[in-house]
Amino acid sequence: MELITGAEIMVRCLKEEGVEYLFGYPGGAVLHIYDALYVQEDVKHILVRHEQAALHAADGYSRACGKPGVALVTSGPGLTNAITGIANAYMDSVPLVVFSGQVPTALIGNDAFQEVDAVGITRPCVKHNFLVRDIKNLAETIKKAFFIATTGRPGPVLIDLPKDVTIAKAEYHYPKKVKLRSYNPTIKGHAGQIRKAVDMILSAKRPIIYTGGGVILSDGSPELVELTQLLGYPITNTLMGLGAYPATDKQFIGMLGMHGTYEANMAMHDCDVLIAIGARFDDRVTGKIEKFCPSARIVHVDIDPSSISKNVQVDIPIVGSVPNVLRAMISVIRDEKLKPDAEALGKWWRQIDEWRAIKSLNYRQSNEVIKPQFVIQKLYEVTQGQAIIASDVGQHQMWAAQYYHFDRPRQWINSGGLGTMGFGLPAAMGAKFAFPDQDVACVTGDGSIQMMLQELATMKQYNTPVKIVNLNNGYLGMVRQWQEFFYQKRYCMTYFESLPDFVMLAEAYGHVGMRIDKPRDVEGALREAFAMKDRTVFLDFITDQTENVFPMIPSGGGQNEMLLAERDEMVSTHDEGMVLL
Amino acid sequence: MNNNNRHLISILLENEAGALSRVANLFSARGYNIESLTVAPTDDPTLSRLTLVTSGNEQVIEQIVKQLNKLIDVVKLIDLSETDAIERELMLIKTRANGEQRAEMKRLADIFGGRILDVTDATYTIELTGDGEKLDNFLRAVERDAILEVVRSGATGIARGQKALHI
Ligand SMILES: Cc1cc2nc3c(=O)[nH]c(=O)nc-3n(C[C@H](O)[C@H](O)[C@H](O)COP(=O)(O)OP(=O)(O)OC[C@H]3O[C@@H](n4cnc5c(N)ncnc54)[C@H](O)[C@@H]3O)c2cc1C
Ligand SMILES: Cc1ncc(C[n+]2csc(CCOP(=O)(O)OP(=O)(O)O)c2C)c(N)n1
Ligand SMILES: [Mg+2]
Repeated sequence: MELITGAEIMVRCLKEEGVEYLFGYPGGAVLHIYDALYVQEDVKHILVRHEQAALHAADGYSRACGKPGVALVTSGPGLTNAITGIANAYMDSVPLVVFSGQVPTALIGNDAFQEVDAVGITRPCVKHNFLVRDIKNLAETIKKAFFIATTGRPGPVLIDLPKDVTIAKAEYHYPKKVKLRSYNPTIKGHAGQIRKAVDMILSAKRPIIYTGGGVILSDGSPELVELTQLLGYPITNTLMGLGAYPATDKQFIGMLGMHGTYEANMAMHDCDVLIAIGARFDDRVTGKIEKFCPSARIVHVDIDPSSISKNVQVDIPIVGSVPNVLRAMISVIRDEKLKPDAEALGKWWRQIDEWRAIKSLNYRQSNEVIKPQFVIQKLYEVTQGQAIIASDVGQHQMWAAQYYHFDRPRQWINSGGLGTMGFGLPAAMGAKFAFPDQDVACVTGDGSIQMMLQELATMKQYNTPVKIVNLNNGYLGMVRQWQEFFYQKRYCMTYFESLPDFVMLAEAYGHVGMRIDKPRDVEGALREAFAMKDRTVFLDFITDQTENVFPMIPSGGGQNEMLLAERDEMVSTHDEGMVLL
Repeated sequence: MNNNNRHLISILLENEAGALSRVANLFSARGYNIESLTVAPTDDPTLSRLTLVTSGNEQVIEQIVKQLNKLIDVVKLIDLSETDAIERELMLIKTRANGEQRAEMKRLADIFGGRILDVTDATYTIELTGDGEKLDNFLRAVERDAILEVVRSGATGIARGQKALHI
């Protein structure tokens, strides 16, 4: 009987789970774990420069490849620094297993050095968490953590490890399987509900398929494509769902919601049957609930019962996993040779094409100043639509979503639910670890990039070449836009009177820096940057400072109350809308 | 739809450190109402039974039930308000018992089926069980000035008939 330490048990468990990368940062409480990592090569530890980045990198890695991301932080400040990253993964349902060091069990509760109540502080933003008090439970707890994080609606799981548990010794046994009597997500949809849903779907005159992050999380894209094409219905994706259906296909009518296309929002508003799949009726999508899809009957497929009828009452709920439920729907339709109402559908498509003809994503091009949308269009062209794009949060995020047409799932990585500035760069790095041979770009802004800038050092150390596309407008643009529209241009604290020289900064970290301030240089710079396969290149695009994101549904507005760029008239938002975000 | 009904929800919970705070946290984090909450281990030492009283419209209660079920530590739950159920709460009440009051208080306790557990020359300590309404009625019947202290356990409950909440 071989006895090994808790730290060694942890490392062995990770190996057994097939963990390639552990993103982390050391400290007193986890020293034993670092010592166990030192003597092996299977689990590669990536030393980030800030714990928040460890979480975002693990998160970006997971979103890119579908495997759970794993992070390790020390107790106290290590854990508190990680909170934003944990909450970010929680909001977007990303499977992570996070290990935090803790003071020895005997000191817990004594305000010991670098003690925080990790389980308490993370409780509202994890799927589940554990404090391991006894080494005998360690391996099984790790197994449970991976199981919980990756099944059902995925999410982050935290394991808090007191230092004495990492030092204590026990026999190693990793269970092949765990069963939790209180946790058993429904995967297969209810056959009767599916049957009813198919009838409703085929009875539609003005149908629309609205899908979200759940399709990507469940790798349900092939089934979604098959069903959508079988039906011939228009499809729209949430910000989190982009790529699940190829954006270049004619049935795709763009993103919906606050900054969605005119055709997507109008079709949502006028539809008679709404087929919601793996999407959670977020307020950025629904606009004012009372005005949401006024004449629609709604089918909703989701693995989490609490996502269903949370914000909007639905008519046919189906609890289950996207691929399973869609396969079942497809076979009912095929077996019974069911056909949609071709005439009604033809008429519906003609209506949608009229909305499309408005070209709501048009913007005024300029020869003098770089338009941010233009940079994304060129990024799309230069990378032939194939790059993995990780984004930060702000206007640049919306432009990336609107102008880079994602044709495959897991190509678009962004923080939707929490909207975490600083997410982009470490997430891009994580994605690059998952796919070292693919082009990875980080679309960011002058505000966001400064929140996780230190990771340029990590990217140098591990040689994870990412192309950083900084849409530098000198402003916290997204906030400035709201101040312009809703606060009579009182630009309070959204203008940066001082910005670093990003070119020099990139060079200081050992990367390549480029500044581009003429529209005619945009494409060339991008080509040059992507040609440098093994270098991280910081492209600082000096863009139009006052460009706004359109279309826009102002807070409190209905889906058919979009503000369009061409008209550019800014009505003040409804008073009740002012309290909304 | 919009009337706020009172619901008695009974939960089998993993008897683990922190499980109770997950439930309590859920209610505060999501802004749900919580009127009372009782918890104790069951005959199966790995399980606790938690009973809580909340209120909300149909939609809110549906979300509360779904969110509770989502907690990994919640093994099973039942909304006892949806079935025929027995609800009980324990109240301990210390009253003045002076002069004329003394006989009157004893009489009141008898009417409500209470038991006098402790006696001094100036006070009674009475035990009373029943549903919340009965306890409220008792308190209303007792003269306000006569009440020295009230301790209520919060409601617990169990379904009538053969229906049982177990794993
Ligand atoms: C600046 C900014 C602007 C934004 N503007 C917009 C906008 O204009 N439009 C927009 O859409 N969003 C926008 N967002 C994002 C928005 O905040 C939400 O994050 C997003 O709308 C949620 O996407 P979703 O509904 O796809 O849900 P997700 O958060 O992706 O949730 C996934 C859903 O799928 C379910 N699910 C998970 N796994 C499965 C499975 N196996 N089977 C079935 N279901 C599953 C989950 O239970 C959940 O309900 C914006 C964000 C920011 C930061
Ligand atoms: C951590 C964090 N703090 C604040 C915000 C609020 N916020 C949302 S967008 C934004 C501005 C982002 O500025 P920048 O990165 O320059 O992008 P731009 O909008 O200019 O493209 C801010 C401050 C946020 N989302 N995240
Ligand atoms: Mg900016």
